[in-house]
Amino acid sequence: MSTPMVEVRGVHKSFGALEVLRGVDLTVEAGHVTAVLGPSGSGKSTLLRCVNHLERADRGHVAVDGELIGYRRGRGVLHELKERQILRQRRAIGFVFQNFHLFPHLTVLENVVEAPRFAFRRPAAEVEAEARALLDRVGLADKADVHPRRLSGGQQQRVAIARALALRPKVLLFDEPTSALDPELVGEVLDVIRDLAAGGTTMVIVTHEIGFAREVADTVVFMDEGLVVESGPPAQVLDAPRHERTRAFLDKVL
Amino acid sequence: MDAVRAPATTEAAPPTDSGDDLADLAGLPVRPALHPLRWAAGAVVAVLVAMFLNMLITNPAWKWGVVAEYMFAESIINALWLTVRLTLYGTVIGFALGVVLALMRLSQSPLLAGAAWVYVWAFRSIPLIVQLLFWYNLAILYDRLSFGIPFGPAFVSYPTMELISPMTAAVLGLALHQAAYAAEIVRSGVLSVDQGQREAAAALGLPWWRQVRRIVLPQAMRTIMPTAGNEVIGLFKGTSVVYVMALGELFYRVQVIYNRTGDVVPMLMVATLWYIILTTLLSVVQFYVERHYSKGAVRVLPPTPLQRLRSTAGTVLSRAQRRSPRGGTT
Repeated sequence: MSTPMVEVRGVHKSFGALEVLRGVDLTVEAGHVTAVLGPSGSGKSTLLRCVNHLERADRGHVAVDGELIGYRRGRGVLHELKERQILRQRRAIGFVFQNFHLFPHLTVLENVVEAPRFAFRRPAAEVEAEARALLDRVGLADKADVHPRRLSGGQQQRVAIARALALRPKVLLFDEPTSALDPELVGEVLDVIRDLAAGGTTMVIVTHEIGFAREVADTVVFMDEGLVVESGPPAQVLDAPRHERTRAFLDKVL
Repeated sequence: MDAVRAPATTEAAPPTDSGDDLADLAGLPVRPALHPLRWAAGAVVAVLVAMFLNMLITNPAWKWGVVAEYMFAESIINALWLTVRLTLYGTVIGFALGVVLALMRLSQSPLLAGAAWVYVWAFRSIPLIVQLLFWYNLAILYDRLSFGIPFGPAFVSYPTMELISPMTAAVLGLALHQAAYAAEIVRSGVLSVDQGQREAAAALGLPWWRQVRRIVLPQAMRTIMPTAGNEVIGLFKGTSVVYVMALGELFYRVQVIYNRTGDVVPMLMVATLWYIILTTLLSVVQFYVERHYSKGAVRVLPPTPLQRLRSTAGTVLSRAQRRSPRGGTT
């Protein structure tokens, strides 16, 4: 098997006395969709934030497409990378936040072109055409010149997905992409993600939408108290969980 | 309990006195509510304003002729120009340095943060006038200023008296003083921006300076501008303290003239009027800058004074129309 797209090995992370991750391992193959489930406080979001180094792991390592994130391997030592190099690494990783975090003072189009223009320094005309195509793909071609606050939550999250896609990322990370949405707006965002999955985009999705995970994910990972309890194909983890904790969680949410 | 049962009983008999259906109300003209107290208060204020104007105009001691004579005199205009320049330099250098200091204080490095803290502490503690005199008298402490390798040889060296003119001393004093306040204003602005904005920018891999300049500062401007406007206006009037260095700015020039002619009050009025005019201009600029930075943060931009005037005129007109017998309502 080729190098996995995302590889997480023995990641520990504490905030003060609180140990949020206690040695997490995770492997995501290229083109696969991984859904991470678990009760709140189980460390799902922190794990995701460790993957693109928004949080620095206390111990353990993350590699994306074989490239170690945040460090460079030296002879017998690991060199911590400078902020600038970490920023460069992040450009291969798309991140979609629970609360969208669109830039409110920029128009929708400006939000999408910002990174390709000023992180990748690609020519304006080319970037704009691509951004418009991306907005079309998420069904918002007509909203290009609107400011984000004028959009519904679902529309904002779709713009956020287009903004992440504009990086042409190797992997897309979703941190509870539908948790901040009104129930009737969840569907439109899931449709976009479903579309991406069908197109073969590698994705890691932290979610509470069990039905969606069952339908879209190749692998379901169940986390609790900072550890991966079990992982496997949806049919196995969701329908025949081996662990008591998984069963208890599923009983509560289903 | 009765209230709960009420709808059931009213269902049988229509509740309205005239038996009108609500749809019929659309045709009725609307009579605006009367506000007799508002009118009375308005009248009181109008009388007070009239008394005040009367006081200004009828008392010859104001010597409005002298005011008019000096208002646009060349020496006054030159002095005014110096005041404007001092304000401009103080603002630009002060806020540029303030942004740097604010970013230092917010940085991860304790040394940078500490240095910025000490700067703000020191320059906020020393009265501006003391600082100005200090810069003015720098030559007493160091008669030559050199540029070169720290603790090593100097490349160039100038006599302090030549390098630090009264103007330079004034700009230094004003700008360094302003920077301390600007740093705190900018810092409060940056802190007011949602943490997620910086995170989103970092997740996109935007270069550090781009994150600051494109994402954080424009949003911080909404918090910064109201206070910064105050500061600039304060600085503009505050430039009058440089008279201690015998710099010919507006207030100094006015004093020189009234010491010669004895027209104290009219000359103070000349200065006052100019301060009022320029402060008004600054307030207008502030309004439009604030309006610019509210883009995206508010659903509808606040109306410009012109738009407001138009809409007020529109309401008055439509009311007048409504009162006319035909009732031209939409």
